[in-house]
Amino acid sequence: MLNDPVALITQKKTWPGYVLLQLKSPRIARRSKPGQFLMVRVSDQPYPLLRRPLSIHARDGDGIELFFARAGLGTGILADRKTGEKLDILGPLGKGFTWPKAVKGKTFCLVGGGRGIAPLNFLARELRAKGGQVRIFYGGRTEAGLPLLNKLAARKTEVFVSTDDGSLGFRGFVSAMFEKELARSARPALIYACGPDPMMKKIAKIATELKIPAQLSLESIMGCGIGACWGCVHKIRKGSAAEWVKTCEEGPVFPADEVVWTEGK
Amino acid sequence: MEERRPRAKGKSVDLSVDLGFLKLRNPVLAASGTFGYGLEFKPFINLNKLGGIVVKGLYFNPRPGNPPPRLAETPSGLINSIGLQGIGVRAFREKILPQLQGLQTPIIVNVCGETDEEYAAVIDYLNKDGRIAAYELNISCPNVKEEGRCPALSPDHTHSLVKLAKGASRLPLIVKLSPNVTDIVSVARAAEEAGADAVSLINTLLAMAVDIETRRPRLANTFGGLSGPAIKPVALRMVYQVASRVRIPVIGMGGIMNGKDALEFLIVGARAVEVGTANFVDPGAAARIVKEIQDYCLEKKISKVEDIIGTLATE
Repeated sequence: MLNDPVALITQKKTWPGYVLLQLKSPRIARRSKPGQFLMVRVSDQPYPLLRRPLSIHARDGDGIELFFARAGLGTGILADRKTGEKLDILGPLGKGFTWPKAVKGKTFCLVGGGRGIAPLNFLARELRAKGGQVRIFYGGRTEAGLPLLNKLAARKTEVFVSTDDGSLGFRGFVSAMFEKELARSARPALIYACGPDPMMKKIAKIATELKIPAQLSLESIMGCGIGACWGCVHKIRKGSAAEWVKTCEEGPVFPADEVVWTEGK
Repeated sequence: MEERRPRAKGKSVDLSVDLGFLKLRNPVLAASGTFGYGLEFKPFINLNKLGGIVVKGLYFNPRPGNPPPRLAETPSGLINSIGLQGIGVRAFREKILPQLQGLQTPIIVNVCGETDEEYAAVIDYLNKDGRIAAYELNISCPNVKEEGRCPALSPDHTHSLVKLAKGASRLPLIVKLSPNVTDIVSVARAAEEAGADAVSLINTLLAMAVDIETRRPRLANTFGGLSGPAIKPVALRMVYQVASRVRIPVIGMGGIMNGKDALEFLIVGARAVEVGTANFVDPGAAARIVKEIQDYCLEKKISKVEDIIGTLATE
């Protein structure tokens, strides 16, 4: 991991409620893997105090992309940063997604809910580059909640879309669309998911029932991102017991069958 | 040509501070609970640049900690209710300490206990280890008992526990105090009378935050400990009060983010400072603060940092 206080914002695109920042940081780009994240300093003021964890959306040569929702004060300030400004980032952090040794010819299902699509884009590119077949399931509340749709389309890729209100594609939750589609298609080698907890719970259940390996990228409130504060824990099965595990260090990606869903979480 | 003399070229500042029982290379320590076991920071900071490292609180046995959410950010502050999740003394001695070997920076172990006897057991277990420089007795964590209860809320309990721990300890004992009291001087004095070699303060302030959408507490544990810049003025006042009223060294902490903050604590009488929440925001913070203290001394032509300690002008 690295500290790059001078990552440069080279381009910025916005959608209502979402923003994409392209940054130049050769050292961090070189080391980045799908599923890893960066801790981004919002400002040098004491409020908001903490860095924000943002997953890596894409890598392109010396560049990396961050895609996130304006979810609150911190991401709001980040969203308002301008092209040409510098960002203080730490990373790449955490353990990312994994895939089988032989990817070629295999099919992978990627399920993203809302801003959860962010790391799956990077993963889709990597799997395609290795010869994998990618099926992306992308769900949002409304059509406006699916800003990346055009970007996801690529060769060797099928994109399925759902909206809660039916304004585009399947009407309903992305997990329901996924379950329906899975029932009438060939078994994928692996399922990857990132999104709100209820969605992840449902995907984990589907994967377990069909005995398909699945990996979940968990979101949690983080203090430091480097394993020092122990604030970002999730309950993870370890052998016969389960314990609070730091998502920044051992995650944020976990095998679905190791994730324990506790009440309220 | 000679009016503009370059700043004391070659002249260096003596940053060392003497706690009596321990001489530190500089007055900046990493605070317990914010610096892991030290190793987490190796990629970001030269650990030998620090005055000392106070490692994460240790109970005798591994401890599961509190359920999440454990963190809530508030204006200029952070409320945490980690609940001292940790690996226990055995894993610390077998897995962590060997990795800290070779470090010149003193390692101070933050000692915890469910009961007074457990504090003594932790100390007894670690006593034999030559790699530990001192203990910091954590009698002030607000996240492990109901309503933030802890020994440091009572001068009597503080006295009896410190006495017990001091009796068990072969190493110097620093006692970490809680700000959640009406009269911190009386607790500091109780620790001093019971034989503490130093006091460190403040631990976090008992706090809470509410989500108005769900009307639920933002922490699973309802209460947590507030840290960060928001608490610095309170911490500074308490350090000043205690430093004026005890004879043992005082280690000050609470919201220190930069050299200026650290200097304020030294001026009111702290002999050293601990940097906490700043480590989360900037993993290089502690080393940067050492540098900023040095720059201040150079600029003010102060040759020894000890000359700053307790120099508050009150007239």
